[in-house]
Amino acid sequence: MIRIENLVKYFGAKRAVDGISFNVERGEVVGFLGPNGSGKSTTMRMITGYYAPDAGRVSVGGHDLAEAPLEAKRLIGYLPENAAAYTDMTVHGFLAFAAEMRGLSGDAKKRAIASAVERCFLASVLHQSIDTLSKGYRHRTCLAQALIHDPEVLVLDEPTDGLDPNQKHEVRNLIRELGKSKAVVFSTHILEEVDAACTRAIIIDRGRVVAQGTPDELGRPLDEVFRRLTTSDTAKP
Amino acid sequence: MRHAWVIAKRELASYFASPVAYVFLVIFLLLTGFFTFTAGQFFERGEASLGAFFGWHPWLYLVLVPAAGMRLWAEERRSGTLELLFTLPITPWQAIAGKFLASWIFIALALALTFPVVVTVNVLGAPDNGAIFAGYLGSLLLAGAYLAVTCATSALTRNQVVAFILSVVACLFLILAGFNPVTDLMARWASPALVDAVAAFSVVTHFDGFERGVIDARDLYFFLAVIGFSLSATGVILRNR
Repeated sequence: MIRIENLVKYFGAKRAVDGISFNVERGEVVGFLGPNGSGKSTTMRMITGYYAPDAGRVSVGGHDLAEAPLEAKRLIGYLPENAAAYTDMTVHGFLAFAAEMRGLSGDAKKRAIASAVERCFLASVLHQSIDTLSKGYRHRTCLAQALIHDPEVLVLDEPTDGLDPNQKHEVRNLIRELGKSKAVVFSTHILEEVDAACTRAIIIDRGRVVAQGTPDELGRPLDEVFRRLTTSDTAKP
Repeated sequence: MRHAWVIAKRELASYFASPVAYVFLVIFLLLTGFFTFTAGQFFERGEASLGAFFGWHPWLYLVLVPAAGMRLWAEERRSGTLELLFTLPITPWQAIAGKFLASWIFIALALALTFPVVVTVNVLGAPDNGAIFAGYLGSLLLAGAYLAVTCATSALTRNQVVAFILSVVACLFLILAGFNPVTDLMARWASPALVDAVAAFSVVTHFDGFERGVIDARDLYFFLAVIGFSLSATGVILRNR
Protein backbone atom coordinates (compact mmCIF):
# COMPACT_ATOMS: atom_id res chain seq x y z
CA MET A 1 0.00 0.00 0.00
CA ILE A 2 2.79 2.43 0.87
CA ARG A 3 5.87 2.48 -1.35
CA ILE A 4 8.77 4.75 -0.58
CA GLU A 5 11.86 4.96 -2.76
CA ASN A 6 15.00 6.84 -1.85
CA LEU A 7 13.35 9.71 -0.02
CA VAL A 8 15.60 12.69 0.63
CA LYS A 9 14.75 15.87 2.49
CA TYR A 10 17.06 18.74 3.30
CA PHE A 11 16.54 21.38 5.95
CA GLY A 12 19.04 24.02 4.94
CA ALA A 13 22.30 22.13 4.48
CA LYS A 14 21.26 19.31 6.81
CA ARG A 15 20.17 16.08 5.15
CA ALA A 16 17.35 15.23 7.54
CA VAL A 17 16.18 12.23 5.54
CA ASP A 18 18.89 10.52 3.55
CA GLY A 19 17.64 7.96 1.07
CA ILE A 20 14.96 6.04 2.97
CA SER A 21 13.14 3.24 1.15
CA PHE A 22 10.56 0.78 2.43
CA ASN A 23 7.17 -0.74 1.65
CA VAL A 24 4.18 -1.39 3.86
CA GLU A 25 1.52 -3.85 2.78
CA ARG A 26 -2.06 -4.29 3.92
CA GLY A 27 -2.25 -6.33 7.11
CA GLU A 28 1.06 -5.01 8.39
CA VAL A 29 1.74 -2.79 11.38
CA VAL A 30 5.14 -1.25 10.93
CA GLY A 31 6.85 0.40 13.87
CA PHE A 32 9.08 3.24 12.83
CA LEU A 33 11.82 3.57 15.43
CA GLY A 34 14.61 6.02 15.88
CA PRO A 35 16.11 8.50 18.32
CA ASN A 36 14.67 12.00 18.51
CA GLY A 37 15.62 14.03 15.45
CA SER A 38 16.43 10.99 13.33
CA GLY A 39 13.91 11.92 10.63
CA LYS A 40 10.84 9.96 11.70
CA SER A 41 8.38 12.84 11.61
CA THR A 42 9.91 14.27 8.46
CA THR A 43 9.48 10.93 6.68
CA MET A 44 5.88 10.68 7.84
CA ARG A 45 5.19 14.21 6.66
CA MET A 46 6.44 13.22 3.22
CA ILE A 47 4.27 10.09 3.18
CA THR A 48 1.21 12.18 3.99
CA GLY A 49 2.07 14.89 1.49
CA TYR A 50 2.74 17.70 3.94
CA TYR A 51 6.36 18.03 2.82
CA ALA A 52 7.44 17.57 -0.73
CA PRO A 53 10.58 15.37 -0.86
CA ASP A 54 13.74 16.85 -2.40
CA ALA A 55 14.33 13.53 -4.14
CA GLY A 56 12.65 10.14 -4.28
CA ARG A 57 9.08 9.00 -4.63
CA VAL A 58 6.15 8.14 -2.38
CA SER A 59 3.13 6.24 -3.61
CA VAL A 60 0.09 5.25 -1.61
CA GLY A 61 -2.32 2.65 -2.96
CA GLY A 62 -0.68 2.99 -6.37
CA HIS A 63 -1.12 6.78 -6.50
CA ASP A 64 2.07 8.80 -6.69
CA LEU A 65 1.94 11.62 -4.15
CA ALA A 66 3.57 14.11 -6.48
CA GLU A 67 1.32 13.32 -9.44
CA ALA A 68 -2.02 12.43 -7.88
CA PRO A 69 -1.91 13.93 -4.37
CA LEU A 70 -5.66 14.03 -3.84
CA GLU A 71 -6.21 10.36 -4.73
CA ALA A 72 -3.33 9.33 -2.46
CA LYS A 73 -4.41 11.56 0.43
CA ARG A 74 -7.96 10.16 0.31
CA LEU A 75 -6.58 6.77 1.34
CA ILE A 76 -4.58 8.08 4.31
CA GLY A 77 -5.60 8.76 7.87
CA TYR A 78 -2.95 10.82 9.65
CA LEU A 79 -2.27 11.59 13.27
CA PRO A 80 0.33 14.38 13.30
CA GLU A 81 2.90 14.79 16.03
CA ASN A 82 1.48 16.55 19.11
CA ALA A 83 -2.05 15.74 17.93
CA ALA A 84 -2.93 19.15 16.50
CA ALA A 85 -6.62 20.02 16.55
CA TYR A 86 -8.82 23.11 16.28
CA THR A 87 -9.06 23.77 19.99
CA ASP A 88 -12.00 26.16 19.81
CA MET A 89 -14.26 23.39 18.46
CA THR A 90 -16.10 20.69 20.38
CA VAL A 91 -15.03 17.10 19.84
CA HIS A 92 -18.19 16.47 17.86
CA GLY A 93 -17.76 19.64 15.80
CA PHE A 94 -14.17 18.74 14.99
CA LEU A 95 -15.05 15.20 13.93
CA ALA A 96 -17.95 16.48 11.85
CA PHE A 97 -15.56 18.88 10.13
CA ALA A 98 -13.10 16.03 9.44
CA ALA A 99 -15.92 13.87 8.08
CA GLU A 100 -17.18 16.61 5.77
CA MET A 101 -13.67 17.28 4.51
CA ARG A 102 -13.51 13.59 3.66
CA GLY A 103 -16.65 13.98 1.58
CA LEU A 104 -19.04 12.32 4.04
CA SER A 105 -22.51 13.73 4.63
CA GLY A 106 -25.90 12.82 6.04
CA ASP A 107 -26.20 9.31 7.48
CA ALA A 108 -22.73 8.24 6.37
CA LYS A 109 -21.29 11.16 8.33
CA LYS A 110 -23.29 10.31 11.45
CA ARG A 111 -22.23 6.68 11.29
CA ALA A 112 -18.57 7.61 10.73
CA ILE A 113 -18.59 9.94 13.75
CA ALA A 114 -20.36 7.38 15.95
CA SER A 115 -17.89 4.65 15.03
CA ALA A 116 -14.81 6.86 15.55
CA VAL A 117 -16.19 8.05 18.90
CA GLU A 118 -16.75 4.48 20.02
CA ARG A 119 -13.34 3.25 18.88
CA CYS A 120 -11.52 6.07 20.65
CA PHE A 121 -13.69 6.17 23.79
CA LEU A 122 -14.78 9.78 23.35
CA ALA A 123 -18.48 9.52 24.21
CA SER A 124 -18.09 11.24 27.59
CA VAL A 125 -16.47 14.37 26.16
CA LEU A 126 -18.35 14.57 22.87
CA HIS A 127 -19.75 18.06 23.43
CA GLN A 128 -16.79 19.48 25.31
CA SER A 129 -14.55 22.07 23.72
CA ILE A 130 -11.18 20.55 22.76
CA ASP A 131 -9.11 23.09 24.70
CA THR A 132 -10.71 21.89 27.95
CA LEU A 133 -9.66 18.27 27.36
CA SER A 134 -6.82 16.44 29.06
CA LYS A 135 -3.89 15.40 26.90
CA GLY A 136 -5.11 11.83 26.60
CA TYR A 137 -8.54 12.85 25.35
CA ARG A 138 -7.08 15.43 23.00
CA HIS A 139 -4.80 12.79 21.56
CA ARG A 140 -7.65 10.38 21.06
CA THR A 141 -9.75 13.10 19.44
CA CYS A 142 -7.06 13.60 16.86
CA LEU A 143 -6.76 9.84 16.42
CA ALA A 144 -10.53 9.67 15.87
CA GLN A 145 -10.12 12.29 13.16
CA ALA A 146 -7.58 10.04 11.43
CA LEU A 147 -9.98 7.07 11.54
CA ILE A 148 -13.12 8.93 10.53
CA HIS A 149 -13.17 7.83 6.88
CA ASP A 150 -12.04 4.27 7.67
CA PRO A 151 -8.84 4.76 5.66
CA GLU A 152 -6.84 1.94 4.12
CA VAL A 153 -3.58 3.49 5.23
CA LEU A 154 -2.87 4.88 8.69
CA VAL A 155 0.12 7.05 9.46
CA LEU A 156 0.43 7.74 13.17
CA ASP A 157 3.19 9.95 14.53
CA GLU A 158 3.83 8.96 18.14
CA PRO A 159 0.28 7.80 18.82
CA THR A 160 0.99 6.92 22.45
CA ASP A 161 3.00 10.01 23.35
CA GLY A 162 1.76 11.62 26.55
CA LEU A 163 -0.79 8.92 27.39
CA ASP A 164 -1.00 7.15 30.72
CA PRO A 165 -0.25 3.39 30.87
CA ASN A 166 -3.92 2.41 30.56
CA GLN A 167 -4.43 4.64 27.56
CA LYS A 168 -1.22 3.38 25.96
CA HIS A 169 -2.49 -0.14 26.33
CA GLU A 170 -5.84 0.75 24.71
CA VAL A 171 -4.21 2.55 21.80
CA ARG A 172 -1.80 -0.35 21.14
CA ASN A 173 -4.70 -2.77 21.08
CA LEU A 174 -6.53 -0.47 18.71
CA ILE A 175 -3.51 -0.25 16.41
CA ARG A 176 -3.10 -4.04 16.37
CA GLU A 177 -6.80 -4.44 15.62
CA LEU A 178 -6.69 -1.87 12.79
CA GLY A 179 -3.57 -3.49 11.38
CA LYS A 180 -5.48 -6.63 10.45
CA SER A 181 -7.23 -4.91 7.57
CA LYS A 182 -5.10 -1.83 6.90
CA ALA A 183 -1.54 -0.78 6.30
CA VAL A 184 -0.34 0.98 9.43
CA VAL A 185 2.89 2.86 10.09
CA PHE A 186 3.48 4.38 13.47
CA SER A 187 6.50 6.06 14.92
CA THR A 188 7.67 5.66 18.46
CA HIS A 189 10.74 5.65 20.58
CA ILE A 190 9.22 3.30 23.13
CA LEU A 191 10.69 -0.11 22.40
CA GLU A 192 8.12 -2.19 24.24
CA GLU A 193 5.54 -1.00 21.71
CA VAL A 194 7.35 -2.88 19.01
CA ASP A 195 6.60 -6.16 20.75
CA ALA A 196 3.14 -5.06 21.76
CA ALA A 197 1.81 -3.94 18.40
CA CYS A 198 4.12 -4.38 15.41
CA THR A 199 4.46 -7.09 12.83
CA ARG A 200 7.65 -5.44 11.62
CA ALA A 201 9.98 -2.69 12.77
CA ILE A 202 12.19 -0.27 10.89
CA ILE A 203 14.97 1.44 12.79
CA ILE A 204 16.34 4.67 11.39
CA ASP A 205 19.24 6.80 12.50
CA ARG A 206 20.33 10.18 11.12
CA GLY A 207 17.98 9.87 8.17
CA ARG A 208 18.95 6.33 7.11
CA VAL A 209 17.40 2.91 7.64
CA VAL A 210 19.85 0.95 9.79
CA ALA A 211 17.79 -2.20 10.37
CA GLN A 212 14.43 -3.73 9.61
CA GLY A 213 12.63 -6.96 10.31
CA THR A 214 10.27 -8.62 12.76
CA PRO A 215 11.05 -7.93 16.43
CA ASP A 216 12.56 -11.43 16.65
CA GLU A 217 14.78 -10.92 13.61
CA LEU A 218 16.15 -7.69 15.02
CA GLY A 219 17.47 -9.53 18.05
CA ARG A 220 17.03 -9.36 21.79
CA PRO A 221 17.02 -7.47 23.98
CA LEU A 222 15.61 -4.79 21.72
CA ASP A 223 16.95 -1.83 23.65
CA GLU A 224 20.51 -3.11 23.29
CA VAL A 225 19.99 -3.56 19.55
CA PHE A 226 18.57 -0.07 19.37
CA ARG A 227 21.47 1.46 21.28
CA ARG A 228 24.04 -0.36 19.17
CA LEU A 229 22.46 0.77 15.88
CA THR A 230 21.62 4.37 16.63
CA THR A 231 23.52 7.46 17.69
CA SER A 232 22.75 9.14 20.96
CA ASP A 233 22.21 12.88 20.66
CA THR A 234 24.82 13.34 23.39
CA ALA A 235 27.45 11.52 21.27
CA LYS A 236 30.19 13.54 19.60
CA PRO A 237 29.52 14.03 15.87
CA MET B 1 -16.02 24.36 -4.01
CA ARG B 2 -17.74 22.17 -1.41
CA HIS B 3 -14.51 21.70 0.49
CA ALA B 4 -13.83 25.43 0.42
CA TRP B 5 -17.28 26.00 1.87
CA VAL B 6 -16.73 23.44 4.66
CA ILE B 7 -13.53 25.30 5.59
CA ALA B 8 -15.29 28.66 5.39
CA LYS B 9 -18.06 27.43 7.70
CA ARG B 10 -15.53 26.18 10.25
CA GLU B 11 -13.58 29.41 10.11
CA LEU B 12 -16.70 31.54 10.48
CA ALA B 13 -17.84 29.47 13.47
CA SER B 14 -14.44 29.95 15.08
CA TYR B 15 -14.86 33.75 14.88
CA PHE B 16 -18.01 33.44 16.93
CA ALA B 17 -16.63 30.79 19.28
CA SER B 18 -14.41 33.40 20.90
CA PRO B 19 -15.11 36.98 22.01
CA VAL B 20 -13.16 38.22 18.96
CA ALA B 21 -16.23 38.50 16.75
CA TYR B 22 -18.31 40.43 19.28
CA VAL B 23 -15.51 42.79 20.29
CA PHE B 24 -14.80 43.42 16.64
CA LEU B 25 -18.43 44.12 15.73
CA VAL B 26 -18.99 46.48 18.66
CA ILE B 27 -15.76 48.43 18.05
CA PHE B 28 -16.44 48.59 14.32
CA LEU B 29 -19.94 49.98 14.83
CA LEU B 30 -18.84 52.45 17.53
CA LEU B 31 -16.03 53.77 15.34
CA THR B 32 -18.16 54.06 12.19
CA GLY B 33 -20.71 55.95 14.27
CA PHE B 34 -18.10 58.27 15.75
CA PHE B 35 -16.39 58.96 12.41
CA THR B 36 -19.65 59.53 10.56
CA PHE B 37 -21.50 61.74 13.02
CA THR B 38 -18.78 63.48 15.04
CA ALA B 39 -15.60 63.56 12.97
CA GLY B 40 -17.44 63.47 9.63
CA GLN B 41 -19.95 66.16 10.70
CA PHE B 42 -22.84 64.30 9.12
CA PHE B 43 -25.50 66.75 10.37
CA GLU B 44 -23.54 69.94 9.79
CA ARG B 45 -23.04 68.98 6.14
CA GLY B 46 -26.77 69.18 5.48
CA GLU B 47 -26.47 66.69 2.62
CA ALA B 48 -28.60 63.60 2.07
CA SER B 49 -25.57 61.41 1.29
CA LEU B 50 -23.28 59.00 3.07
CA GLY B 51 -20.04 60.72 2.04
CA ALA B 52 -19.25 61.29 5.72
CA PHE B 53 -19.69 57.56 6.28
CA PHE B 54 -17.75 55.99 3.41
CA GLY B 55 -14.94 58.57 3.33
CA TRP B 56 -13.41 57.13 6.51
CA HIS B 57 -13.50 53.51 5.49
CA PRO B 58 -9.98 53.23 4.00
CA TRP B 59 -8.58 54.48 7.34
CA LEU B 60 -10.94 52.60 9.58
CA TYR B 61 -10.27 49.31 7.78
CA LEU B 62 -6.54 49.96 7.97
CA VAL B 63 -6.60 48.89 11.61
CA LEU B 64 -9.72 46.75 11.85
CA VAL B 65 -9.39 44.48 8.83
CA PRO B 66 -5.86 43.25 9.64
CA ALA B 67 -7.13 42.62 13.19
CA ALA B 68 -9.91 40.44 11.80
CA GLY B 69 -7.64 38.56 9.41
CA MET B 70 -4.33 38.22 11.25
CA ARG B 71 -5.12 34.85 12.77
CA LEU B 72 -6.24 33.17 9.53
CA TRP B 73 -2.95 31.38 8.74
CA ALA B 74 -0.72 32.44 11.64
CA GLU B 75 -2.89 30.51 14.09
CA GLU B 76 -2.91 27.39 11.87
CA ARG B 77 0.87 27.53 11.77
CA ARG B 78 1.24 28.09 15.50
CA SER B 79 -1.12 25.33 16.58
CA GLY B 80 0.08 22.82 13.99
CA THR B 81 -3.36 22.41 12.41
CA LEU B 82 -1.83 23.54 9.12
CA GLU B 83 -0.39 20.04 8.90
CA LEU B 84 -3.83 18.56 9.39
CA LEU B 85 -5.34 20.85 6.76
CA PHE B 86 -2.69 20.20 4.13
CA THR B 87 -2.77 16.43 4.52
CA LEU B 88 -6.51 16.37 3.78
CA PRO B 89 -7.50 15.56 0.20
CA ILE B 90 -7.94 19.18 -0.84
CA THR B 91 -5.96 21.58 -2.99
CA PRO B 92 -4.26 24.54 -1.29
CA TRP B 93 -6.58 26.78 -3.29
CA GLN B 94 -9.66 25.37 -1.63
CA ALA B 95 -8.17 26.12 1.77
CA ILE B 96 -7.07 29.62 0.80
CA ALA B 97 -10.41 30.47 -0.80
CA GLY B 98 -12.37 29.02 2.11
CA LYS B 99 -10.51 30.99 4.73
CA PHE B 100 -10.59 34.22 2.75
CA LEU B 101 -14.29 33.80 2.10
CA ALA B 102 -15.04 33.26 5.80
CA SER B 103 -13.30 36.44 6.88
CA TRP B 104 -14.87 38.40 4.03
CA ILE B 105 -18.34 37.21 5.01
CA PHE B 106 -17.55 38.28 8.57
CA ILE B 107 -16.61 41.81 7.44
CA ALA B 108 -19.70 41.88 5.22
CA LEU B 109 -21.78 41.12 8.29
CA ALA B 110 -20.16 43.99 10.19
CA LEU B 111 -20.85 46.27 7.24
CA ALA B 112 -24.46 45.09 7.00
CA LEU B 113 -24.96 46.05 10.65
CA THR B 114 -24.32 49.70 9.74
CA PHE B 115 -27.79 49.77 8.16
CA PRO B 116 -29.05 52.39 10.68
CA VAL B 117 -27.06 55.10 8.88
CA VAL B 118 -28.89 54.26 5.67
CA VAL B 119 -32.21 54.43 7.51
CA THR B 120 -31.21 57.73 9.13
CA VAL B 121 -30.25 59.43 5.90
CA ASN B 122 -33.45 58.17 4.24
CA VAL B 123 -35.59 59.48 7.07
CA LEU B 124 -33.94 62.91 7.04
CA GLY B 125 -33.82 63.42 3.29
CA ALA B 126 -34.04 61.83 -0.12
CA PRO B 127 -30.60 60.39 -0.86
CA ASP B 128 -29.56 58.60 -4.04
CA ASN B 129 -29.85 55.00 -2.83
CA GLY B 130 -28.07 53.76 -5.95
CA ALA B 131 -25.03 55.77 -4.87
CA ILE B 132 -25.29 54.33 -1.38
CA PHE B 133 -25.34 50.83 -2.86
CA ALA B 134 -22.23 51.64 -4.90
CA GLY B 135 -20.57 52.92 -1.74
CA TYR B 136 -21.30 49.69 0.09
CA LEU B 137 -20.03 47.63 -2.84
CA GLY B 138 -16.82 49.66 -2.95
CA SER B 139 -16.40 49.38 0.80
CA LEU B 140 -16.80 45.60 0.66
CA LEU B 141 -14.23 45.34 -2.14
CA LEU B 142 -11.87 47.59 -0.21
CA ALA B 143 -12.18 45.36 2.85
CA GLY B 144 -11.63 42.32 0.60
CA ALA B 145 -8.41 43.82 -0.76
CA TYR B 146 -7.07 44.52 2.75
CA LEU B 147 -8.13 41.04 3.87
CA ALA B 148 -6.33 39.36 0.99
CA VAL B 149 -3.18 41.30 1.88
CA THR B 150 -3.64 40.19 5.49
CA CYS B 151 -3.98 36.56 4.34
CA ALA B 152 -0.57 36.82 2.71
CA THR B 153 1.13 38.42 5.72
CA SER B 154 -0.58 35.95 8.04
CA ALA B 155 0.78 33.04 5.99
CA LEU B 156 4.29 34.41 6.46
CA THR B 157 4.47 33.97 10.22
CA ARG B 158 3.19 31.99 13.14
CA ASN B 159 2.95 35.17 15.18
CA GLN B 160 -0.33 37.07 14.88
CA VAL B 161 1.16 40.38 16.02
CA VAL B 162 3.79 40.25 13.30
CA ALA B 163 1.07 39.42 10.76
CA PHE B 164 -0.97 42.39 11.99
CA ILE B 165 1.86 44.91 11.78
CA LEU B 166 3.06 43.75 8.35
CA SER B 167 -0.48 43.92 7.07
CA VAL B 168 -1.10 47.44 8.43
CA VAL B 169 2.12 48.65 6.80
CA ALA B 170 1.25 47.04 3.45
CA CYS B 171 -2.28 48.47 3.50
CA LEU B 172 -0.92 51.87 4.54
CA PHE B 173 1.16 51.87 1.35
CA LEU B 174 -1.99 51.07 -0.62
CA ILE B 175 -3.61 54.15 0.89
CA LEU B 176 -0.69 56.58 0.83
CA ALA B 177 0.14 55.99 -2.85
CA GLY B 178 -2.95 58.01 -3.73
CA PHE B 179 -3.42 60.12 -0.59
CA ASN B 180 -3.52 63.82 -1.51
CA PRO B 181 -0.82 65.14 0.87
CA VAL B 182 1.52 62.44 -0.43
CA THR B 183 0.77 62.96 -4.13
CA ASP B 184 1.20 66.73 -3.63
CA LEU B 185 4.59 66.12 -2.08
CA MET B 186 5.57 63.80 -4.92
CA ALA B 187 4.37 66.25 -7.57
CA ARG B 188 7.13 68.68 -6.53
CA TRP B 189 9.86 66.49 -8.00
CA ALA B 190 8.21 63.76 -10.06
CA SER B 191 6.57 64.03 -13.45
CA PRO B 192 2.76 64.10 -13.41
CA ALA B 193 2.73 60.79 -15.28
CA LEU B 194 4.75 59.16 -12.51
CA VAL B 195 2.53 60.62 -9.81
CA ASP B 196 -0.52 59.23 -11.62
CA ALA B 197 1.13 55.86 -12.11
CA VAL B 198 1.87 55.57 -8.40
CA ALA B 199 -1.59 56.81 -7.48
CA ALA B 200 -3.09 54.13 -9.72
CA PHE B 201 -1.90 51.57 -7.17
CA SER B 202 -3.81 53.22 -4.40
CA VAL B 203 -7.07 51.97 -3.00
CA VAL B 204 -8.09 55.59 -2.32
CA THR B 205 -7.99 56.47 -6.02
CA HIS B 206 -10.18 53.51 -6.87
CA PHE B 207 -12.49 53.80 -3.90
CA ASP B 208 -13.27 57.42 -4.78
CA GLY B 209 -15.56 56.47 -7.65
CA PHE B 210 -17.62 54.07 -5.57
CA GLU B 211 -17.89 56.73 -2.86
CA ARG B 212 -19.40 59.15 -5.36
CA GLY B 213 -21.78 56.43 -6.58
CA VAL B 214 -19.98 55.52 -9.80
CA ILE B 215 -19.26 51.84 -10.45
CA ASP B 216 -16.40 51.89 -12.93
CA ALA B 217 -15.28 48.53 -14.33
CA ARG B 218 -11.63 49.60 -13.99
CA ASP B 219 -12.04 50.21 -10.26
CA LEU B 220 -13.83 46.89 -9.92
CA TYR B 221 -10.97 45.11 -11.71
CA PHE B 222 -8.41 46.90 -9.55
CA PHE B 223 -9.85 45.51 -6.32
CA LEU B 224 -10.36 42.06 -7.79
CA ALA B 225 -6.76 42.13 -9.06
CA VAL B 226 -5.40 43.06 -5.61
CA ILE B 227 -7.43 40.22 -4.09
CA GLY B 228 -6.32 37.76 -6.77
CA PHE B 229 -2.67 38.77 -6.54
CA SER B 230 -2.55 38.66 -2.74
CA LEU B 231 -4.24 35.27 -2.57
CA SER B 232 -1.82 33.91 -5.17
CA ALA B 233 1.02 35.26 -3.04
CA THR B 234 -0.53 33.45 -0.08
CA GLY B 235 -0.46 30.24 -2.12
CA VAL B 236 3.21 30.70 -3.00
CA ILE B 237 4.12 31.47 0.62
CA LEU B 238 2.28 28.41 1.91
CA ARG B 239 3.85 26.16 -0.72
CA ASN B 240 7.31 27.23 0.47
CA ARG B 241 6.50 26.88 4.15
